[in-house]
Amino acid sequence: MPFQHILFSIDDDGVALLSLNRPEQLNSFNGAMHLEVREALKQVRQSEHARVLLLTGEGRGFCAGQDLSDRNVAPGAEMPDLGESIEKFYNPLVRSLRDLPLPVICAVNGVAAGAGANLPLACDLVLAARSASFIQAFCKIGLVPDSGGTWLLPRLIGMARAKALALLGERLSAEQAEQWGLIYRVVDDAALRDEALTLARQLATQPTYGLALIKRALNQSYDNRFDQQLELERDLQRLAGRSEDYREGVSAFMNKRAPAFKGR
Amino acid sequence: MPSNLVVQPPVDGVRLLTLHRPQALNALSTELLAELAAELEAAERDEHTRAVIITGSRKAFAAGADINEMAERDLVGILNDPRVSHWQRIAAFAKPLIAAVNGYALGGGCELVMCADIVIAGSDARFGQPEINLGVIPGAGGTQRLLRAVGKPLAMQMVLSGEAIDARHALQAGLVSEVTEPELAVERALQVARVIAAKAPLAVRLAKEALLKAQDTDLATGLRFERHAFTLLAGTADRNEGIRAFQEKRPARFLGQ
Repeated sequence: MPFQHILFSIDDDGVALLSLNRPEQLNSFNGAMHLEVREALKQVRQSEHARVLLLTGEGRGFCAGQDLSDRNVAPGAEMPDLGESIEKFYNPLVRSLRDLPLPVICAVNGVAAGAGANLPLACDLVLAARSASFIQAFCKIGLVPDSGGTWLLPRLIGMARAKALALLGERLSAEQAEQWGLIYRVVDDAALRDEALTLARQLATQPTYGLALIKRALNQSYDNRFDQQLELERDLQRLAGRSEDYREGVSAFMNKRAPAFKGR
Repeated sequence: MPSNLVVQPPVDGVRLLTLHRPQALNALSTELLAELAAELEAAERDEHTRAVIITGSRKAFAAGADINEMAERDLVGILNDPRVSHWQRIAAFAKPLIAAVNGYALGGGCELVMCADIVIAGSDARFGQPEINLGVIPGAGGTQRLLRAVGKPLAMQMVLSGEAIDARHALQAGLVSEVTEPELAVERALQVARVIAAKAPLAVRLAKEALLKAQDTDLATGLRFERHAFTLLAGTADRNEGIRAFQEKRPARFLGQ
């Protein structure tokens, strides 16, 4: 299936690149783009080669959230059920990114607003261009932050800052986002794509099955009590200990050579 | 004979049956159901088998019945449906039956889960009775065992809407006994089965029977049955061994006598 609203490829290094590609609309989501992103993520999941996913956007913006021209409410028209598009599109997307059994890097290349500001938070490592910004724009039009925002924001930056962002809808600069711990790292605009790709290629040589288990453990840690988390660590370590990569890692260490991991 | 069921010979008294129709998400064709019933009967006769685990694949435990098969049967065909007797044979299995469930357990798959005594589910398992979507209703215990397992409101919601629930919800509702990481569901089922397989077989059998009695009799009858079973066990060698081993602080060696 040829894609129209995204760019998607899986290269020989095992890096899957998914770039939102509606630059004129700041890569805002419409139904068609959702379906393409869903198809691409499905291909990543089913691929034998993909070891890392890099998510980014084309043009000057990262993602402006929902394309409101898709949702224009005429005066007097019946009220739309926004819950339906959350249920059908945004929630599955966020779950899919979080549950993907490989590391997901997000390179926020420009403005990230609405759902577009929350998607990166569902990824594992977020880099942002120095000129990028995050805007919880929902409150400006009478809506609630979705795509996991109300859950992830307080856990990442604390309730006080989460409430300020969500209630005021002010623009948060990439640098401030980094200082607050909302994202991993700020990168100069011109270097963003290269740095993100370098990081992705480097991760793709790592024991990515183990990395996926780490991601799973950390994702679940917010939900679990301490004792449950200890049990989860036991179970995931049991799985990790049976991986080829673990065997290879130990063997390489004992033989003082560089390991060749396969991601399984 | 090409089989839809992978049977592993008993290890430590535990037999593992794996539903294997990958092209059909392990849909329970009449043939598969017949094989399953026959295997359980063989396992019941086999003195080396003390517990049985049924599982499917990572993607599906069993995603329902075979719809094409169902479409071919008219009223008379359904009246004489051989599936009914297969289900009865499966439900009558007297040894402990454990279901290790990953992925979809829908329709007949969910009903098979409910024939098991113990259910270990991977965290991505889904349980549902979608028959209503086809203009029919569950026909192998889905309206009866589900209500007893999860209570009326949830059973009604599931059967009338056809919508599935996830493993966490199923655990909370009492449809499953334990939720594990998906990759570990079968392993955990094996652990539990091995623990049970090491107990006194006659006691295990009567305990299962007594527990099942609780579902379909009044309390007084159930209590009477329990007392009779309790008394019966007083005549077994394993009871004496169990008590003596406890007093002597050593592991018991049960012989099934």
